[in-house]
Amino acid sequence: MALLEIKDLHAEVDGTEILKGIDLTVNAGEVHAIMGPNGSGKSTLSYTLAGRDGYEATKGSVSYDGKDLLDMAPDERACEGLFLAFQYPVELPGVGGTTFLKTALNAKRRYHGEEELDAMAFVKTLREKAKALGMPDEMLKRPVNVGFSGGEKKRNETLQMAVLEPRLAILDETDSGLDIDALKIVSEGVNKLRDPNRAFVVITHYQRLLDYIVPDHVHVLSRGRIVKSGTKELAKELEANGYADYVDAA
Amino acid sequence: MVATTETIKQVEELGRQKYEAGFSTDIEMDRLPKGVDEEIVRMISAKKGEPEWLTDWRLKAFAMWKEMPEPDWQKVAVPPIDYQDIYYYAAPKQEGPKSLDEVDPKILETYEKLGIPLKEQEVLAGVEGAPKVAVDAVFDSVSVATTYKKTLEEKGIVFCSISEAVRTHPELVKKYLGSVVPYSDNKHACLNSAVFTDGSFVYIPPGVTCPMELSTYFRINAEETGQFERTLIIADKGSYVSYLEGCTAPQRDESQLHAAVVELIALDDAEIKYSTVQNWYPGDENGKGGIYNFVTKRGACRGRNSKISWTQVETGSAITWKYPSCILQGDNSVGEFYSVAITNNRQQADTGTKMIHIGKNTRSRIISKGISAGRADQTYRGLVRVLPKAQGARNFTQCDSLLIGATCGAHTVPYIESRNPTAQLEHEATTSRISEDQLFYCLSRGIGEEDAVALIVNGFCREVMQTLPMEFAVEAQKLIGISLEGSVG
Repeated sequence: MALLEIKDLHAEVDGTEILKGIDLTVNAGEVHAIMGPNGSGKSTLSYTLAGRDGYEATKGSVSYDGKDLLDMAPDERACEGLFLAFQYPVELPGVGGTTFLKTALNAKRRYHGEEELDAMAFVKTLREKAKALGMPDEMLKRPVNVGFSGGEKKRNETLQMAVLEPRLAILDETDSGLDIDALKIVSEGVNKLRDPNRAFVVITHYQRLLDYIVPDHVHVLSRGRIVKSGTKELAKELEANGYADYVDAA
Repeated sequence: MVATTETIKQVEELGRQKYEAGFSTDIEMDRLPKGVDEEIVRMISAKKGEPEWLTDWRLKAFAMWKEMPEPDWQKVAVPPIDYQDIYYYAAPKQEGPKSLDEVDPKILETYEKLGIPLKEQEVLAGVEGAPKVAVDAVFDSVSVATTYKKTLEEKGIVFCSISEAVRTHPELVKKYLGSVVPYSDNKHACLNSAVFTDGSFVYIPPGVTCPMELSTYFRINAEETGQFERTLIIADKGSYVSYLEGCTAPQRDESQLHAAVVELIALDDAEIKYSTVQNWYPGDENGKGGIYNFVTKRGACRGRNSKISWTQVETGSAITWKYPSCILQGDNSVGEFYSVAITNNRQQADTGTKMIHIGKNTRSRIISKGISAGRADQTYRGLVRVLPKAQGARNFTQCDSLLIGATCGAHTVPYIESRNPTAQLEHEATTSRISEDQLFYCLSRGIGEEDAVALIVNGFCREVMQTLPMEFAVEAQKLIGISLEGSVG
């Protein structure tokens, strides 16, 4: 059974149809890249899958681990193992990074009927994972994303992913706003999390991210539809020729 | 203790005789009828066995109260209060719930969430036959309280009810009572001066650092929390005390009007930290039945280098009218006010502080965080006044308001008066909403909507919450979440 199976998904934002029939199958252990020009519906797809208010699926189905994903509340989807790494991570003034992650992890544990982690046990786990990503302890105490540089924000998203251990991670333009060093660090973090039981959907405009996070499948999204699918070679071709062919085809 | 009980009995006897002479006969003898007049004021004083000066003081206050208008400058709508429909002494219990089954299930849910044991739930909910004081329920034995009392005595610290202090430390009470909040201050303080029956008294001797947080929980002879509480705290030279008032659990009370007075006095190099968590019953969703909390709290930094710090977390009451203030008389003295006020549903709050700079190089700091949800309305009202001799005075004020939903209101009314050109005064104010982005970010991490709101609001209040003593901080954090339940979505 596929981990994620999207069939003929249509979605609207403010009454305008943005996704016009997406079909996509993602199996555990796979990395799928979704590429497309601005306005093709990349972010709408990630928000619709994560359940953001205002992104309304109007037709089609999304099955996640055999369950109807569209029927679940956004926090329920997260507890079921879906993770969205934000293109623009949100600042939470006054909310310490450690508190935030502990609240999130314990919400998930509660959902699965597991015992909540106490502060000591949690901090130990958190420090280990942060160390692996080269994040100083001091960053964990700061309020979530407040005053973080672009690179720090994306690294923080990766840390959250490492702590919450999702089964399906959607990375929404993780490369935007990153210089090459930060891109390497974040990609390394993601690669460490690659696992036969975990799948990634990497959404990006540019090919360069895929030099570091090498996908099994590449899809081109244009005007709300997947117009071509292929291997990582497809990404190289797009880099050379641009999206023009596919925009016209759609 | 034994002596005290005897004294009370004697006084009650005395009162009884007078009472029989003054009133119709068929009323129970340990109570006074509803309403207030000069005779009632005299009776209260007699029942407490008070000296003549105090009786006179009460009577003067009462005479003035009759003439005094209700304050009308605040931005809350107060329904007219029938002062003659209130019991001023030993109010009889009125049809309290017979058991927890009769208590509003919403309140029980809250108790549940705060993890309050059943026995204490009964006390808080005012179930008939439940003990009147939560001491036993909270600490499960009087011995804990006794141990504390002994430690305090060894240090020469006085911590007792105000009535007991009038008998055991009359010189201190006479010197300081009404010296910070004169009875003429305002209508509510004036009534309190005339009829107060409960409250705490604390005296910390010179050079003594009180070894524990003092809380009304530890007041071994605590009486039922009263409607007209009077608290007096004196920190002598070079001493320190931290005092905790209130309770995070929602407290029910039959009496709607609460008019307390708190006076703090800090002498040279002394410091008083006063923390409050106020969670009186706010009424139902339409505001029906909630408490009117009209409190006058003021501290005087009389000595050089003294410091008074107020921290309050206000989540309860239908109407809150409260301005804990500092009079900075001593040179280099410091006043602080840290406040979190949450109003939901139909609650109204007009709260803030006054910092009066009199001495040289006096400093004050005001951090106010207001959160409004539902159809609630909230005002921060603050005064910073610098008098001509307050050379080098400084104030920093920060007022932040957070709105949840589209039907609530938040207002900031700062008054700044400076009569010394060397003063430095800063004021910052912001108003914001919980953004949809923030909420979705939390949801996408698996955090449910109500927990997300609690998390974001606690973050918003962090600066203030950090000033709370540990005992209070954890519970207060939970309370913030509970107070805002149902405010989103």
